[in-house]
Amino acid sequence: MTSIPPVVQVRDLQKSYGSVEAVRGVSFSISAGETFALLGPNGAGKSTTIEILEGYRDRTGGDVSVLGVDPRRGDLDWKARLGIVLQTSGESGNVTVTEQLRHFAGFYSHPRDVDEVIDAAGLREKAKTRISKLSGGQRRRVDVALGIIGRPALLFLDEPTTGFDPEARHQFWDLIRSLKTEGTTILLTTHYLDEAAQLGDRAGIIAGGQLIDIGSIDEIGGADARIPLVRWRERNGMLREERTSHPARVVAELVARLNGAEPADLEVIRPSLEDVYLSLVRGNEATAARNEMTASADAEQNVRMVRA
Amino acid sequence: MSATITGTRLPRKSPGTLVLGLSRIGYETRHYFRSPDTLFFTFFFPFVMLAIFTAAFSAAGNIGGNADGVGGVSVGAYYLPGMLAAGMLLSGVQNLAVDIAGEKSDGTLKRLGGTPLSPLSYFLGKIGQVFVTAILQAGLLLLVARFVLDIALPSEPEKWATFAWVFVFGVITSAFLGIALSAVPRSGKSATAVVIPVVLVLQFISGVYLQFTALPDWMQNLASIFPLKWMAQGMRSVFLPDSFAAAEQTGSWELVWVALALGVWLVVGLLLSRVTFRWIRRDA
Repeated sequence: MTSIPPVVQVRDLQKSYGSVEAVRGVSFSISAGETFALLGPNGAGKSTTIEILEGYRDRTGGDVSVLGVDPRRGDLDWKARLGIVLQTSGESGNVTVTEQLRHFAGFYSHPRDVDEVIDAAGLREKAKTRISKLSGGQRRRVDVALGIIGRPALLFLDEPTTGFDPEARHQFWDLIRSLKTEGTTILLTTHYLDEAAQLGDRAGIIAGGQLIDIGSIDEIGGADARIPLVRWRERNGMLREERTSHPARVVAELVARLNGAEPADLEVIRPSLEDVYLSLVRGNEATAARNEMTASADAEQNVRMVRA
Repeated sequence: MSATITGTRLPRKSPGTLVLGLSRIGYETRHYFRSPDTLFFTFFFPFVMLAIFTAAFSAAGNIGGNADGVGGVSVGAYYLPGMLAAGMLLSGVQNLAVDIAGEKSDGTLKRLGGTPLSPLSYFLGKIGQVFVTAILQAGLLLLVARFVLDIALPSEPEKWATFAWVFVFGVITSAFLGIALSAVPRSGKSATAVVIPVVLVLQFISGVYLQFTALPDWMQNLASIFPLKWMAQGMRSVFLPDSFAAAEQTGSWELVWVALALGVWLVVGLLLSRVTFRWIRRDA
């Protein structure tokens, strides 16, 4: 590691709403120029975490530094260095795309060129249309455009591509890649794991308010979670699969066993980020459920002991 | 989307609070005139009421005339000051309270809270918008009064000086009270249900729709607690003949009290706005 301090540093972050602990001891850091994907099921604590970093929410405990500043004390100069794309909102939007971008550009000391951002966001044809008349996906592009208009050093993207069609999503990826090339640090949350794989350098998976794994996109989940799967159909119609780090050998043996015949429905599957993610989250849920059962069994035991 | 984003970084000072405030005024005013509901219920409402009153009561003859029906002023002329006061209240209190409550719940404020826009610039934008639209509204009301209803407007400069300070004071007070009141509704949807009854009752007891001097004493006293009564009274002092002052509670226009009451409410509104305003409900 170099001596450049991380852009985002989170240590043992805690957040409770009354008795509900939404975030329970999350730690991670994001270095300059990195794209970090925060993944996890709904209600896992992603948005709470990201909103604490953006300065929207107070934390209950832990240390947070964003661009060298505690978000609790972030002033306007600090906000000028952030770009925030919140989850979808329902603003009335009776200004046009250009009017809105031009107005927001005025908040910053060296904003991007409005027309350039309109082109980059694929909104050229809608530039003179009122935002209220746009489709959901187009409005989302406006959100993204507003997030980058101020030339942020750190960009928060909270489920940015909700409502995008596949083509728009690919164009959005290109846009984000060009921001990365410029050196923008990005914190991304998304439910599209292919998106995280495409854009992210590293990922953290959060479930039940805790970080259950963190690592580079290629390594998260550990080597075991990435062992390829060979799947084929036997002559009797039964579907078989074998997890192996030598898929070619398995296939060769299979072909030999079939006397050179082509195995039916043959597939070699390398677990995608989505597969790794699902197994991690499911594993975590199972553990949580088991712990709960043990806890309630213990409680029952205690009750019985008290009665006796 | 084309993939590239370029452009050189030019060193420039951050835009000042005042500059952004001015930019907000333009933005907010544009927004206001593009919202048909707001436009009808806060901008054109006084016109509608003035038309209705004039049409409904003109047959009964002049108001404040002698027993033989000579003298006094026309119904339109009598209601004009009340409508001007109502316009100030609607442009400020009703417009801003509903507007900001809506912006709070639809995500507008949350978005702005994530930008380097200072709350002060935001307030300047809102108050400036109220000012611009209230001036247009009052100007248009006066034009309609003069050229459509053929009401004689005062020619004395002192009267217009009174008009100017009552108007400026009243509009700023209304704007602050609107910002303060926007904290009450729990959602944008409930905002009109919370705000309109307050504004409507005030208009009935403060001499906008009903002749103030004909209201029972207790109602006049109650209305005196709130600023609208004083705005209406100040406007009556400008547009009604001085002989009408005798019908007021104390037999005079009490312009000193108008100034005092509006001043107190201005400070109250400012403090409440300052204390209650949040970009978002932190920890909601």
